[in-house]
Amino acid sequence: MADRKKFYTGISLLLFILFIYWADSSWDGYKLRIFNLCGIYIILALSLNLVNGFTGLFSLGTAGFMAVGAYTSALLTMSPQMKEMTFFLKPLIWPLNQIQIPFFPALIIAGILSGLVGFLIGFPVLRLRGDYLAIATLGFGEILRVIIINAQGLTNGALGLKGIPKYTTVWWSWGLALLTIFLMVNIVKSSYGRALKAIREDEIAAQAMGINLFYHKITAFTLSAFFAGIGGALLGNLITTVDPTMFVFQLTFQILLIVVLGGMGSITGSVIAAVVVTILMEALRAVESPMTIGSLYIPGIPGMRMVIFSVLLMVVILFYRQGFMGQREFAWEWFSRKGRRHEQSAGS
Amino acid sequence: MTFQLFLQHLVNGISLGSLYALIAIGYTMVYGILRLINFAHGDIIMLATYIVFFGILIFSLPWWLAFIISIILTTIIGVTVERAAYRPLRNAPRISILISAIGVSFLIENLSLVIFGGRAKSFYQPHIFTKIINFGGVSLMSLTFIIPVTAGILLYCLTYLVNHTKTGMAMRATARDFETARLMGIDINAIISLTFAIGSALAAVGGIMWGLRYPQIHPFIGIMPGLKCFIAAVVGGIGNIPGAMLGGFILGLGEIMLVALLPTLTGYRDAFAFILLIIILLVRPTGILGEKIAEKV
Amino acid sequence: MFKRFSLIAMAVVLMAALALAGCGQKEAQKTTEESDVIKIGVYEPMTGASAAGGQMTVEGIELANEMYPEVLGKKIQLVIVDNKTDKTEAANAVARLIEKDKVSVIIGSYGSSLSMSGGQVAKDAGVPVVGCSPTNPLVTLDNDYYFRVCFIDPFQGKVMAKYAYETLKAKTAAIIMDISNDYSVGLSNFFKKAFIEYTGDEKSIVAEMNYKTGDQDFTAQLTTIKELKPDVVFAPGNYGESALLIKQARELGIDSKFLGGDTWEAPEFIEIGGDAVEGVAFSTHYTEEAPVTEVSEEFLNAYKNKYGGKEANAFAALGFDAYLVARDAIERAGSADPKAIRDALSQTKDFKGATGIITLDENGDANKSAVIKKVEGGKFVFVSVVEPE
Repeated sequence: MADRKKFYTGISLLLFILFIYWADSSWDGYKLRIFNLCGIYIILALSLNLVNGFTGLFSLGTAGFMAVGAYTSALLTMSPQMKEMTFFLKPLIWPLNQIQIPFFPALIIAGILSGLVGFLIGFPVLRLRGDYLAIATLGFGEILRVIIINAQGLTNGALGLKGIPKYTTVWWSWGLALLTIFLMVNIVKSSYGRALKAIREDEIAAQAMGINLFYHKITAFTLSAFFAGIGGALLGNLITTVDPTMFVFQLTFQILLIVVLGGMGSITGSVIAAVVVTILMEALRAVESPMTIGSLYIPGIPGMRMVIFSVLLMVVILFYRQGFMGQREFAWEWFSRKGRRHEQSAGS
Repeated sequence: MTFQLFLQHLVNGISLGSLYALIAIGYTMVYGILRLINFAHGDIIMLATYIVFFGILIFSLPWWLAFIISIILTTIIGVTVERAAYRPLRNAPRISILISAIGVSFLIENLSLVIFGGRAKSFYQPHIFTKIINFGGVSLMSLTFIIPVTAGILLYCLTYLVNHTKTGMAMRATARDFETARLMGIDINAIISLTFAIGSALAAVGGIMWGLRYPQIHPFIGIMPGLKCFIAAVVGGIGNIPGAMLGGFILGLGEIMLVALLPTLTGYRDAFAFILLIIILLVRPTGILGEKIAEKV
Repeated sequence: MFKRFSLIAMAVVLMAALALAGCGQKEAQKTTEESDVIKIGVYEPMTGASAAGGQMTVEGIELANEMYPEVLGKKIQLVIVDNKTDKTEAANAVARLIEKDKVSVIIGSYGSSLSMSGGQVAKDAGVPVVGCSPTNPLVTLDNDYYFRVCFIDPFQGKVMAKYAYETLKAKTAAIIMDISNDYSVGLSNFFKKAFIEYTGDEKSIVAEMNYKTGDQDFTAQLTTIKELKPDVVFAPGNYGESALLIKQARELGIDSKFLGGDTWEAPEFIEIGGDAVEGVAFSTHYTEEAPVTEVSEEFLNAYKNKYGGKEANAFAALGFDAYLVARDAIERAGSADPKAIRDALSQTKDFKGATGIITLDENGDANKSAVIKKVEGGKFVFVSVVEPE
């Protein structure tokens, strides 16, 4: 059975890689852009899900970590000439104004730096719980943004960065998304992941079982910040320009929406919800443009998309609290009769 | 810095601080009972200002009537929010109710954006509130007196209500322990609704005062005051009414003094509030006036 | 059972969404092939922090479309999309306009940062964009496909410094800028540079204070400035915050003259500021008192007719001009081909628009005059025209 599952996984992975190849060669720029965003949002959603869903820590700092990642990667990959032109009010500090490195190391550095920031923030903040943790991480996200606005010699302040090389392709975003999924599945299945779930279910019981609460919380938080940084870097190198107003709380909300819709504590849920929400965000543009139904003319109402998403979130949280997947994961057994029975007994 | 200049900064700080205090009291009431950050509190403040705006603009009401109607309608909205979004989740994990609070906040903001439009509107200022008084070079608005006085009166009424009436006793019991309070025959749903009604009415008063002081309204106006007043409530000791007042003043004075004394750090003004919050949470999680409570197991 | 059901449901939704996107695409292609219309895309912030500016601009674009609905004997169809004041959305919006709606040329966007993210997409796809009011120099930098009908921050900052020094005879100035707003930061810096140059005194800028978009209390910054008694205070920023700022300054008893930039020209600025903003001066793109061209008059009358007596504003005028410049380029190019339109756009010379005579320079920036206005009796009143150098 295990062999057969591995075989299925391998085949579908291969099919998916062929699909990416096909998409990359035949889709237009608009579809590819959305497809790219799907991959990036998967990474971001998994990052948030690791702390919120699996460890039960309600963190709202994702946007701040994304900012760290996006700025790091941008400053490392931009060409010195472009930097000189962009920083026209106050020159960029040495040695950053001379450096230009390839995308891959820049991504890794972006992730590591973001993880480091997460680690430093986690140290004081993770002693807090529940609502206090939420508001403190939100506060840190905001503080990071304030620092970016003020550190003009490093970040160009409110003027933002322009002319970041467009390195992000579907291969990068989906390749890293698949890698993140793979890592996340392994983390969650490991004894470490089981410890995280134990903390989520009952901190005191987990502690009594000999789980080192702080160690587990801070590694989860740091890992989450690492992935958020990678996601931010991919986003920055996709839209080729960043500025502090990008990383406001609304961005965290959007990712939280994905995690909640997909199900807190489900990797499968986050992946599916990330794809669906990203596509819906574009597909729902239809409700904002003027429509004629028969002879009835409905003028466009800008802003309806966000209303729909807010309502969707409220409906899910009130009536369908588990989200789409709850805490369940995809399994090949779904497709066999036997498996379904097996799953029913194993589920819940 | 001359003494006169310092005095002016002090007046500015008290003026801002008393506004924070006024709103923080409403926050602390709700938090004290439900232990929930009501993210929607700031948006309820925003709705209160819009109700006044439309009351005066469309129905040409006199301003005082518009204020009263706004307080009543806002109270109804607050209670409805609790009924619809928080009550069904009373037994759900904490994280769910927190997400629900964020969701309500975003729903109100986005709905307001669609209905009211994104362009900032001007809040009506009756002349008696904006009269400028000059004390030997220190100038202040009459509103600077009115806000602390209003806050003081409300503070007195609320402490009386909470400490000396039966309802207040029920509130305190509910805040301490839902189940026990229920066993004692307290209708906790009614008590929570009442708390939300009071909290929202306070939000409306705070919102109106805010509008009079800073007469620019748009759908996102409530976010920052909401967050900062929550911080003020935590600093003073969450659930503690005089504490909220104290926290508001500390935050308001602190912000003004930061800009006044260290002008190079002006850009970090918003960071100041959050850093203060984090320090307080780490050093004294129950706030300055809060009593120490043992962790429930 | 339930699980499988929801999985199927989700799959259906997904497929429906994709199919919808696919259908839309096909339809769009069909119309272009038939090509009885020429499409102009518009991406503006209709919601979010910059909604006011975006909406004002769109009013002007729609007005221009009503007045000049045809080019090359074909109808012009406007495709307007919202970019939510969000960079990711702005890039998506432009990609959508190009790939799905197959527009020939794009107009937008209010807010320089939004223009920058959209600009890259347009450049990669080779579709020209005409900006209405993004005044940050970075927007057209290194982008051959971005043009704009407004002047840029360095010029605007200089205009106000010149006005302060020559007309107001100011010797000292204080600056209060919105540090989270690229527009305000840029303008303040250029003002500072020019003002020091005029006065020849490094110390003529007595204070540089800042605040953040969304702040509502400025008393601490203003009290510091009050003590220094500068002749003028330069405080460019969003109209809402600026109006509150000036109001608080007057309440504190500051009587220095306040100066600002084009964002102040919104009716809400006077509504919020009330008596406090009387006498403040700012630079802008357009005036109705001294119409620069015959098109200005035409625009003014049409605007008043369509929007019921509302005062015309600079953003509507710039939206109007962006549309006309784009239409003119299509006409000169003689086709709806984006590349040909780009080349025609870069040749734009002495075009008579509502906001003045527009000539696009080698960067794609408009080289044109600025107007100084002040608030008097609750109205924007024309003061003078400043020609470019």
